[in-house]
Amino acid sequence: MDWSLIFDSTIKAAVNKEAMVFALAAVGLNLHFGYTGLLNFGQAGFIAIGAYGAAISVEFYNWSLWAGLASGLVFGIIFALILGVPTLRLRSDYLAIVTIAFAEMIRFVVRSNRFTWFTGGSSGINGFSDDFYDLNPFDPGKKYGFGPLTFSGFELWPAVVGWTLVALCSVLVYLLIRSPWGRVLKSIREDEDAARSLGKNVFVYKMQSLVLGGLFGVLAGFMSAVWTRSVQPDTFATAATFFAYTCLILGGVGRVKGPIIGSMIFLALLSFTDTFLRQAVANDLIPDSIMSGSQVGQTRFILMGVGLMALMIFRPQGIFGNKRELELDAR
Amino acid sequence: MQATAAGAQTDDETTTTAPGEPTQTTEPEDATTVRGRLVNQTDDETQEPVEGVDITVSQDGDEIGTATSDGDGEWEVVVPGPGQYVVELDDGSLPKDVELREKGGSTTRTVSISTPGQARTAVFALGEDPRQTVSRFDEVMQKIFDGLRFGLIIAMAAVGLSLIFGTTGLTNFAHGEIVTGGALIAWFLSSTVGLPLLVAAPLAMLLTGLIGGALETGLWRPLRKRRTGLIAMLVVSIGLALGVRYVYQYMFGGRTRPYSDYNLQIEDRYGPIGATPKELWSIIIALVVLVAVAVLLQRTRMGKAMRAVADNPELASASGIDVDRIILLVWVFGSALACLGGVLLGLAEQVSWEMGARLLLLMFAGITLGGLGTAYGALLGCFLVGLLSSLSTLYIDSSLRTVPALVLLAVILLIRPQGILGRRERVG
Repeated sequence: MDWSLIFDSTIKAAVNKEAMVFALAAVGLNLHFGYTGLLNFGQAGFIAIGAYGAAISVEFYNWSLWAGLASGLVFGIIFALILGVPTLRLRSDYLAIVTIAFAEMIRFVVRSNRFTWFTGGSSGINGFSDDFYDLNPFDPGKKYGFGPLTFSGFELWPAVVGWTLVALCSVLVYLLIRSPWGRVLKSIREDEDAARSLGKNVFVYKMQSLVLGGLFGVLAGFMSAVWTRSVQPDTFATAATFFAYTCLILGGVGRVKGPIIGSMIFLALLSFTDTFLRQAVANDLIPDSIMSGSQVGQTRFILMGVGLMALMIFRPQGIFGNKRELELDAR
Repeated sequence: MQATAAGAQTDDETTTTAPGEPTQTTEPEDATTVRGRLVNQTDDETQEPVEGVDITVSQDGDEIGTATSDGDGEWEVVVPGPGQYVVELDDGSLPKDVELREKGGSTTRTVSISTPGQARTAVFALGEDPRQTVSRFDEVMQKIFDGLRFGLIIAMAAVGLSLIFGTTGLTNFAHGEIVTGGALIAWFLSSTVGLPLLVAAPLAMLLTGLIGGALETGLWRPLRKRRTGLIAMLVVSIGLALGVRYVYQYMFGGRTRPYSDYNLQIEDRYGPIGATPKELWSIIIALVVLVAVAVLLQRTRMGKAMRAVADNPELASASGIDVDRIILLVWVFGSALACLGGVLLGLAEQVSWEMGARLLLLMFAGITLGGLGTAYGALLGCFLVGLLSSLSTLYIDSSLRTVPALVLLAVILLIRPQGILGRRERVG
């Protein structure tokens, strides 16, 4: 058992690509679920829009990557409107169902044979991110960092940009929440009818929150596409949304640092389990009859499901959350 | 049908010149070409050459040459030598009523030429498939039949989901996993233990019902007693769904597998419709069971109590009904029905770890359409959703068949959010 490998990969996972992407997506979800009480289960759809917006714009239309980012943001706004208009006046369950439905629809359409000429089908699209890497100030050949936290110059660039985005978006959320706009959002979460009785147009506030949080998801998708340098439909399945939710709830719903810390810890935990189990299987500590190499990949999903359940049952406020802030009641 | 010989060594080349192309005179004997003939199959007998379609041949992204099909539908492009070429048909240049046989299929073909002087053919099939003599009417009838079966399966699986929502307010995202679980138990009993499916299925229903009851007693009732919010319980159900789903994949593997009984059956034709015996029996069984469920809900005391609790738990409790017991019964029966739905689905489409998860969206669409919380509404809505999904494959890829139902869901929420049979106050 190579413990140093396990240790190193766990630490690195906390700051690596997946942690960054889920952190950004979770910041958006925090705005939806944590501060406004919206059950947006379609964040994976926003992420897909960000990723595919970039990839398709470059591959298919030969635009620059930045135009791709802009188109992703525009489509994100449209998607949020499509989601919100039928459902924001209804119970939160309806928003949940419709958001899952639409996110899955995006995945079906992107994956289907009919649109493969446009979207790359189930194999996806590669090689569109040069515009981004052209701006890299670090030397791609050198290695930066120390110990487990080493990045090649090539990878360090998306890492820096990504985490800076996470920080900026979190600061934005922090400022917004302390503003009158943010206070209305929180009052909507607590009691919609009370907010409405004070003359606030609840629908408009909810929509604004949905759009803004969705745009954070689009950014997450863009960074994911750029860091991985490819897009594939199955990365944006519904499970992605719930990974983000688990990160958020673990860190603490309704707290600005919740999504960030939650993502780092959760991804580190997943990486630990993955590496540990793979080593255990390879070294025959776990016999093949119980677990084979390919089954290790499924354990991260099982962990996520069980983790989500346990969190909501035993500690819904997560690590940093405030139990009083978390009056997630019937509506 | 295409009639050109493929890869024939040509001795004497006289090129057909395409209109608008620079005239090419007789070529040297060893000219390497890519060629083809475009005909539109309008029905079983008739082929019409298609003129004026643009073809582009390229290699490694560089265009080598273009051609346009002539009055005989023929086209040809000279290429520099052996190698791999990509032939692309410009479907914008197809005449209005002509389209690729494979709707939505690729407009490029790749040909490889190994010897100089070879003439390779690229085939683009246009028009109807002459081997298939199915008329539009027959196709529609067949889709209606398939949709009927699919709709009944969804309805059976979803009755429990709707009643659970009605009685407890929980949107049970794990219901799809109950469907899969039932199908998997039946598979295990029939394939590994060796029981015939006719025995395995009812046994699986019993077991699934008990599991549903255990879930209610062990998980949901304690949470309700603790006054956990509905949203929190919804998220718990999602965590449960995801965890269990991947446990299924862990144990069953990623492939789909059929039941060992009733596997290879021959289709009988009933007029315009082709149906295997298992398909017919699925429909009959589903109808009988659903009618029985309806009778149970309408005529028995227990059924009335279920409807009462689904309608208004507090009022039902005030009139002396033991709400907890009714909820338990709803879970047991709902799970058993979901299991039967899973078995029928497994018979129709093979058993897989995610079969129920794929059905979940359709179940939600159906229930919302019919009325969240009602039993009859669920049946009606799911039935319609199944029919719609099936009929939509007349126009779109079958991989996209869930999409129209989901669009319908969004539309219904805009127009009449309580669904067809639902009541207004549940909604907003």
